[in-house]
Amino acid sequence: MDFYITAIILGLCLSAMSLGIFMSMKIFNIPDITTDGSYTLGAVVTAVMLTKQVPIYIIIPTVMLVGAVAGCITALIHTKFKVDALLAGILTMTALYSFNLTILGRSNQPLIDTKNIFSSIHILSNLIYNSLFIVVGIIALIVAVIAFILKTDFGIAMRATGNNAAMVRALGVNDNKMKIFGLAVANGLTAFAGFLVAQNQFYADINMGIGIVITGLGSVLIADALKQLFKINSLAGQLILVVLSSIIFQLVLAVTLSIGVNPNLLKLVTAVFVLTIVAITKFRKAI
Amino acid sequence: MIEVNNISKTFNKGEATAVKALSNIYIDINANEFVVIVGSNGSGKSTLLNSIAGSFICDEGTIIIDGSDVTKLQDYQRTKWLSRVFQNPLQGTAPALSIIDNFRLAALRTQSKSMKIGVSDTFISKVKDRIATLDMGLEDKINQPVGSLSGGQRQALTLLMSVMDESKILLLDEPTAALDPKSAATVMLTADKLIKQLNLTAILVTHNLKEAISFGNRIIQMSEGTIIKDLKKEVKEKLGVNDIFEWFQ
Repeated sequence: MDFYITAIILGLCLSAMSLGIFMSMKIFNIPDITTDGSYTLGAVVTAVMLTKQVPIYIIIPTVMLVGAVAGCITALIHTKFKVDALLAGILTMTALYSFNLTILGRSNQPLIDTKNIFSSIHILSNLIYNSLFIVVGIIALIVAVIAFILKTDFGIAMRATGNNAAMVRALGVNDNKMKIFGLAVANGLTAFAGFLVAQNQFYADINMGIGIVITGLGSVLIADALKQLFKINSLAGQLILVVLSSIIFQLVLAVTLSIGVNPNLLKLVTAVFVLTIVAITKFRKAI
Repeated sequence: MIEVNNISKTFNKGEATAVKALSNIYIDINANEFVVIVGSNGSGKSTLLNSIAGSFICDEGTIIIDGSDVTKLQDYQRTKWLSRVFQNPLQGTAPALSIIDNFRLAALRTQSKSMKIGVSDTFISKVKDRIATLDMGLEDKINQPVGSLSGGQRQALTLLMSVMDESKILLLDEPTAALDPKSAATVMLTADKLIKQLNLTAILVTHNLKEAISFGNRIIQMSEGTIIKDLKKEVKEKLGVNDIFEWFQ
């Protein structure tokens, strides 16, 4: 049982990133793959600050800020130099690898003896359930805040930017500024996922972000399929689906491991799983 | 209201494909004037409209709107004075957003979009009242995504959206070119009514000669990036479709 609860906790930690990808891909319609870099960036900054005994309430805004800066850089490359969004993301992601390695100063940093957001709050005596409780609270708060923002006047402008840029310009909105803001939020959330996962797994590793973007994209695609299946159109509903999909994703991987599939094949399983979900959605549309 | 002084614009400058779209245009449009612009394809009508809207910055010349020099301002900065209806009926609305959200954004055209929830009951009933004037039954569908509506319905909504916030100038770029005759009539009659009611200054680019004689109080013909005819109200009133047709021969 604990095995699956652990998978659910990891899914919830990673759902911060999935929500970030939902923002960039679904709200702003920008394929942003800065993710691999900004996720590791969040973990690395967390690791360095935890080992220096910086209090967690300072680490959280710092992590979100550095993630947001990474997103801004991608968005600036995309909007100012008119570079394709995918390429802009790859450039930032590549540069971040060196940057992350420099910050961490080594390729791997264990976080066994340091303070930890999951151990510093005690609500339930069982450690695993305590972690679950904390991460559910955090993600619920994030979902509530995003759902509120998307409903405000500013949120309407955000949603319209990804939907019809010509229209928002005609209505007095600087769409480039909006995109910069959007990628900043998306990568701030992604870095926050790095913050959570590093503490959940007790280490930060320079390679932990490689291919992580597929987890977020996959979750958003599963959420899209579920949205069509259950005809959920409300924004809050879609955000909750993204979180649930992130959990489903990790559970599928956990099941794959538990039935004895070679862990080396895990990335292959991930890719096939995402492809299956996309194919099913398209197939359903066709009939 | 709008002073265009000696503006020129060449696209793809310095390349083999360079096109001089506007050359040394002067035009002075007074408040409450409703100017109709006609001309062949490629004559620079839409380019002139886009230069006023700020879709691009002109190579030379100045544009003054309501006493302010807007020559170097981007399109989204000029929305303080002007609103637009595009030729493509799909361009004026965001398809994934509901009718009410589209209207909310339009109602803030000249204002900042802040982090507060602006769709209130009063706002909803105001929008419903306005949409009801179109007589298309859309007032009961305000929570539907705009993408589910027809091009004619979307263009009519775009027109209403253009005057949701304080407006002085309305730019209509062939607003009925892609519409069926009935929707086209609804859009043009609504536009004419709003222009008169709200004392707007308006510019209409059109290929439809019937529209060109029925609407507006000044008519301009463009050719090869210059203005070749500019007729005031008294002369325009005497024009028939055949007269304008002959201009194109």
